[in-house]
Amino acid sequence: MAALLALVIGLLVGCGVYLLLRARTFSVILGIVLISYATNLFLFAAGRLATNQAPLVGEGPPYADPLPQALVLTAIVIGFAMTAFVAVLALRARGEFGSDRVDGKPREDGP
Amino acid sequence: MSHWLVLPLLIPFAAGVGLLLAGRMPLAGQRWVGTIATAASLLVAIRLFGLAAEGQIGVYLIGDWPAPFGIVLVLDRLAALMLLTTALLAAGALAYAVSGTDRAGRAFHALFQFQLLGLNGAFLTGDLFNLFVFFEILLIASYSLLLHGGGPARTRSALHYVVLNLVGSSLFLIGVGLIYSATGTLNIADLAQALAGLDPEAQPIAAAGGMLLVVVFGLKAAVLPLHFWLPHAYSSATAPVAALFAIMTKVGIYAMVRVFGLMFGHGEGMLAELFAPWLLGAAILTLAGGTFGAVASSDLREMVAYLVIVSVGTLLAGLALGTTEALSGTLYYLVHSTLVGGAMFLVADLIGRGRSQGPAIVVGGRPPGAGLLAVLFLIGGVAAVGMPPLSGLVGKVMILLAAQGSEWVAWIWAAILISSLFLLIGLSRAGVTLLWCGDVNPGDAPATAALIAPAALLLAMSPLMVAFGGWLTAYTEATAAQITDGRGYVEAVLGQPPASPLRPTSVP
Repeated sequence: MAALLALVIGLLVGCGVYLLLRARTFSVILGIVLISYATNLFLFAAGRLATNQAPLVGEGPPYADPLPQALVLTAIVIGFAMTAFVAVLALRARGEFGSDRVDGKPREDGP
Repeated sequence: MSHWLVLPLLIPFAAGVGLLLAGRMPLAGQRWVGTIATAASLLVAIRLFGLAAEGQIGVYLIGDWPAPFGIVLVLDRLAALMLLTTALLAAGALAYAVSGTDRAGRAFHALFQFQLLGLNGAFLTGDLFNLFVFFEILLIASYSLLLHGGGPARTRSALHYVVLNLVGSSLFLIGVGLIYSATGTLNIADLAQALAGLDPEAQPIAAAGGMLLVVVFGLKAAVLPLHFWLPHAYSSATAPVAALFAIMTKVGIYAMVRVFGLMFGHGEGMLAELFAPWLLGAAILTLAGGTFGAVASSDLREMVAYLVIVSVGTLLAGLALGTTEALSGTLYYLVHSTLVGGAMFLVADLIGRGRSQGPAIVVGGRPPGAGLLAVLFLIGGVAAVGMPPLSGLVGKVMILLAAQGSEWVAWIWAAILISSLFLLIGLSRAGVTLLWCGDVNPGDAPATAALIAPAALLLAMSPLMVAFGGWLTAYTEATAAQITDGRGYVEAVLGQPPASPLRPTSVP
């Protein structure tokens, strides 16, 4: 299970970095989203992977670590807000530059 | 500890939320709310500085849950110094903004208060994950403040700034996750203990997490080669926003002091000596890169932005040396460079307003009232370069003297001294071109006293820091000793009993 999760996280980060380097606002946003998904999964795994364990303290010794779950929730909320912000910013940039390039230059090739 | 400790968070939060809810309030009302909240924050910061100067470490248990289970706010000398610096800078920036630049966009005052909330929270928190949360608060406020006023130049630099910081936030979370998986805690005081006694198998994981945090804090502090966003962002922001941003790079430096001085600094083995060589190399590169950028700038605001990078390099050199004396010099220089850097952004804006060429460093018209502006520019320049008799000299000399015992002494002395020489040349050239050459355009009116006063007051902090230098260096030395020792911090945080005796103190 750990190997599978590691592979998935690695794949997400790889795709995210590739999209981030495309330097077009839409791909960049998708790249950031993929990287933040990978980060959330990673953070979740920081509390060790476990199955069939109680999620709360107080039901006996084998319980899943609750702290990373709380951290992931916070990170998801913050990441969601940031994605919304960057999407609006990208729309505004598209309107002001007339192109979707992150350096604001017009596209030399056709659409 | 009384409830004073939570006020630096509550005041800007209440003011910011109030301003957002009353979104249609006339601008004059918004200015009053913002001014009163900032003044109240300044008074609270002075009060907290007084408390911390007595040597006590204040701990505030939020929700009355004892550390390391609950979230804590910690007021040590370092936090109090940073709070006071932020409050002073914010007062200057807001005083400049209320003379007109806050009219350029909506919700300036609410965002300004949220920015202060994030900054104060980052300085007060005693928890690594909460540091992340407060970083995000100050970042999202800074994204919007950077866009204040609009225009394609601001949109472009904001886009770069936002994307870089979002990637930085992901790296921060990965670093936090690694450190948590190695130690099982996120409370900074608890981490200091856990990392000192970490078994060798878990050390590489914690070290990887620590190195990721170096990258993140380096990005915030604009350390070479993670500095490319800064010159564009700071030179395109409106002047009061750029002035307030002078503290933002220092948040990165502060986080490094907190995390590497306190958390990682006390163990044996690979964790204790992990960061110093990286930081030293980055410091010298940053000094060199910032200096070249400042001399090559064709725009005064961009030059001041590069001055911020140079100051980060100087601070990083002091931080990497790691001794108590070096840390003391670093903290002194941090306060100096924040206030003077902020003031220089205001002065650059004042000069740019009166010229048809704006702040571009080309021979053209002189701004009206150039005599007074020249005095301000001279004071700011002398302080930023580090010439006698102003506070830049004191800070640099403290760092240079502390470097004497290090094997890197030649590198640090050469980098700091040569950089100062080049900055002197660059600033002199800019000052002569902008303020001595050309004639005043007859239609232009000189800047009003309401605009000049905030810049002058921030600049006046520099001679004051020299006049009260003995007292201030005694404070920074005690701060450095408190950080390097670390035991007081750990004992205060972990030993703080909850106010109610009913709270459990252990996990069943």
